[in-house]
Amino acid sequence: MFTKKTLFSITLYCTLVTTALSAESGGMPQLDPEFWFSQIFWLIFTFSLLFFILSKFILPNISSNLENRKSQILENIEKAEEQRQESEDKIKEFDKIIYNSKVQAKNILNEAKKKISEDINNKKKLLEDEINSEIKAVEIEINELRKRSPETINQIAISTSSDLLKQLIGADVNQSNISAIVEDLSKKEKGKYYGV
Amino acid sequence: MATNPMYQFNVYRIGPEIKLGDIDLSFTNASLFMVLSALTVLIIFKLGSKKNIIIPNKIQLLAELSYSFISKMISDTAGTKAKPYFSFIFSLFMFVLFCNMLGMIPYSFTVTSHIIVTFVLAAFIFIGVTIIGFLKHGLGYLKLFVPSGVPIVLLPLIVVIEIISYLSRPISLSVRLFANMMAGHTMMKVFGGFVVSLGIVGGWLPLSFSVALTGLEILVAFLQAYVFAILTCIYLNDALNLHH
Repeated sequence: MFTKKTLFSITLYCTLVTTALSAESGGMPQLDPEFWFSQIFWLIFTFSLLFFILSKFILPNISSNLENRKSQILENIEKAEEQRQESEDKIKEFDKIIYNSKVQAKNILNEAKKKISEDINNKKKLLEDEINSEIKAVEIEINELRKRSPETINQIAISTSSDLLKQLIGADVNQSNISAIVEDLSKKEKGKYYGV
Repeated sequence: MATNPMYQFNVYRIGPEIKLGDIDLSFTNASLFMVLSALTVLIIFKLGSKKNIIIPNKIQLLAELSYSFISKMISDTAGTKAKPYFSFIFSLFMFVLFCNMLGMIPYSFTVTSHIIVTFVLAAFIFIGVTIIGFLKHGLGYLKLFVPSGVPIVLLPLIVVIEIISYLSRPISLSVRLFANMMAGHTMMKVFGGFVVSLGIVGGWLPLSFSVALTGLEILVAFLQAYVFAILTCIYLNDALNLHH
């Protein structure tokens, strides 16, 4: 098995030998000046034509294509950036609106609560006032009744006792005497019956 | 003599003999392949620059990638001042590349394997660059031969060396391309000859080498076109931006 190096040297040797042999038999065609002028002429002709067409018609097109694409991409990036900004602004606006409405809702709720509690307080007060005045009126009535009750009792006592005496004795007794006694008694026993 | 590895470099007349006075300007196989290369370049780039669309198709992508590749190469080596020479370097690179690549087709002819073709290109570049240098800097362009920071004692020697290296530029440029193409094609021919002479029994090894060499030669074809173009850029850089 050949190693790469020996193979390479063999090939190199063969190349050299064949080149030398061919040089002997006719040399390198490159050094034969027969077609030099033709080659120079056609080289200049084709290369200048290539250069002319490329530089006048093709390369400017490619360059403008590239530039157009670049500017288009930049424009698009700018637009995208703008739209992103816009959407961010919109989001901010949206958040603000939500915040505001929350605040407003809270305010409305608080106001309503306040109103209701005020209303309740007012009604309570009104009711209390009414109740108080009624209680007062009733108390006054009770007091009056209480004040008046011993007199009525006395009168009743006087009339009953005079009636009783009349039945017992069969004769009228002096009314004023009886009343004096009843009065005297009621004065004495006042605490006992009325707790005053 | 088809087995002679140098036979492939023969130039022969196609069609009638065209003579201008004493000079033979006949259309030859070399001329044919020059025209074919130029046409291929033109067709590819014509198709690649046709429509102005945002998302490029394949051939347009090819054309645009080549455009930006060469434009980047020029701006990297020769700076922004070399912009006016873009079309020339682009044409040069494409011409050399397609001449090399068309030469890789079996039974075709490699234009750049002829020293006279590469030498004319190199000489044109050399003369052009020298003219640009003198136009830009006047006689100050001669400062190119006097590097800064060299001791005065050494200066005469250095100047002579610099002048020789400058004058040998067209030779080195042309011989590099020519020798690479010729050597590669000769080698492939030799291996092809081995395949035939060793026959079906032993021909497989040189055949596999031939296959590998084809890949290598395609790489070399591209690389040499690139080197040719980038050296042109470097020479242009010397002429445009005098650094010494």
